[in-house]
Amino acid sequence: MIHTIYTFYRDGFRKMQVGKKLWAIIFIKLFIMFAVLKAFFFPDFLNTRFSTDHERAGHVLGNFIQSKKMGGSND
Amino acid sequence: MIEQVDLSQVNWARAQFALTAMYHWIFVPLTLGLSFLVAFFESIYVKTGNEDWKRITKFWMTLFGINFAIGVATGIIMEFEFGTNWSNYSWMVGDIFGAPLAIEGIFAFFLEATFFALMFFGWDRVSKRFHLFSTWMVAIGSNLSALWILVANGWMQFPVGMAFNPDTARFEMQNFWEVLFSPVAISKFTHTTSSAFLLASLFVVGVSCWYLMKGRHQLMAKRSIAVAAVFGFLAASYCGLTGDEAAYTVSQKQPMKLAAMEGLYKGEVNAGAVVMGIINSAKQPGDEQKDFIFAVKVPVALSLLANRKLDSFVPGIDDLVFGNDEQGITSVATRMERGRLAIEYLAAFKEAKDNNYEPAAQEALRQFDIYKDDMGYGHLNRPSDAAPPVATTFYAFHIMVVLGTLFPLVFLAALYFLYKGDLEKQRLFQLVGLLCIPLGYVAQQSGWVVAEVGRQPWAIQGLLPVHVANTNLTTGTVQTTFFIFLGLFTMLLIAEIKIMVKQIQIGPEEK
Repeated sequence: MIHTIYTFYRDGFRKMQVGKKLWAIIFIKLFIMFAVLKAFFFPDFLNTRFSTDHERAGHVLGNFIQSKKMGGSND
Repeated sequence: MIEQVDLSQVNWARAQFALTAMYHWIFVPLTLGLSFLVAFFESIYVKTGNEDWKRITKFWMTLFGINFAIGVATGIIMEFEFGTNWSNYSWMVGDIFGAPLAIEGIFAFFLEATFFALMFFGWDRVSKRFHLFSTWMVAIGSNLSALWILVANGWMQFPVGMAFNPDTARFEMQNFWEVLFSPVAISKFTHTTSSAFLLASLFVVGVSCWYLMKGRHQLMAKRSIAVAAVFGFLAASYCGLTGDEAAYTVSQKQPMKLAAMEGLYKGEVNAGAVVMGIINSAKQPGDEQKDFIFAVKVPVALSLLANRKLDSFVPGIDDLVFGNDEQGITSVATRMERGRLAIEYLAAFKEAKDNNYEPAAQEALRQFDIYKDDMGYGHLNRPSDAAPPVATTFYAFHIMVVLGTLFPLVFLAALYFLYKGDLEKQRLFQLVGLLCIPLGYVAQQSGWVVAEVGRQPWAIQGLLPVHVANTNLTTGTVQTTFFIFLGLFTMLLIAEIKIMVKQIQIGPEEK
């Protein structure tokens, strides 16, 4: 069973024509997204600054209570 | 105390989210719609046993695969943005969005690991019928996967089935079924998916028209057009019905958005719908300037659309901002006052909790419960802040409606020329068919502009304005990632177009 599934995927990937280029794009894209963007530009703000959910909740509630002014219209 | 939020940073974060969502939505609707068309082509092949239909199926399946591969994971970037740019929002909705997004993730994983592989690799490995079953599962599964994200979006536009917990600062789910079957979520799902079917049909008709113009693969082109035109016409008709339902739902749950969609400032009984018009961009809520420089209206159509009654009252922006006692509409100023009280009681609750003074905390909570439905209004600066950008919403809505009216006519024309047997001679139609591909995307994007710009200033309708949902980062940080995304997505789009065009030029495999 496992061997059948393995050969199914192996042969499928081997026979791919356009697919090889697409897989290359997928892997490059995922690398840029996770290894570059997520790692260096998109830290999880609350998880990196606070260690417990209680602290995170306190911070968010504090922001909600304190952010009173909008400062401009939407147009 | 944060008295002024840096709107420049908020707007850059908004622009970044809009950019990623709009690029993501270039890929998604074609995946949703083309998956069904491929299933139709393959069903005909299995039914007839005709190898030409197998070639047709394989050709469109390849284009489906290209679009899917380039588009896959483009939506993940939005989740990155939630955690970084929109941390307050992300925290507050975590309990609501967790379940739908987890279901979507599980769906997507099992689909891609099993049925996608069978669809692409299994032609000679499984029976015809099982292969067809896999193709249908991909189509159904992809569309069900879209359901969950649209349910999440629908909840933001009409938050139901939840309660705000001041202890955790979270909106917590109370009733999953109320969230799932919210009228906004249902109309959003049906309208979005039917529009995706419409776009994919335009894509198949357009590409096939190109083959007819070049005099290549004419049999495949005509057969593809026959299936896509029937599916497209049915999808367009259904899209019109779901659009009507969506507009009705908007009028009942988000009347400000409907007023902006129609550029309606002063509410009317027997209100007319604008067919075409030029908005007076200098007009502000409450002033006496004309709302339109020029407008053509269909009498009473808006009352019918909004309330299903010809003589009903449709509130305008002024009614909603400044209130209308006769119609029982509360002014934004009153709601702002209630919202500020909600925030003050929330602050009192937090202070009492921090000092471990439970009786005071419970009393503050009891008071907060009275005003909590308007808590988002307490963050507005002035009543007119509750109105979205009118011109953008109005023009996007009308572009979508005009194109949505044109497309079924294109499908009908295709069927008529097929019936007459001279489709390959209809040069003008072929050109129109080809041009409808970009127009289909314009209609798609316009629809989302209506949905998202029209609900400003809210991240969660009435409860959380966008500027409070935002993380207090520096503008430069968000600008940097905005331009990185712009570059990355543009490269992906160019890659998609190049690979897709090359594959179309190659055409289906030879007999």
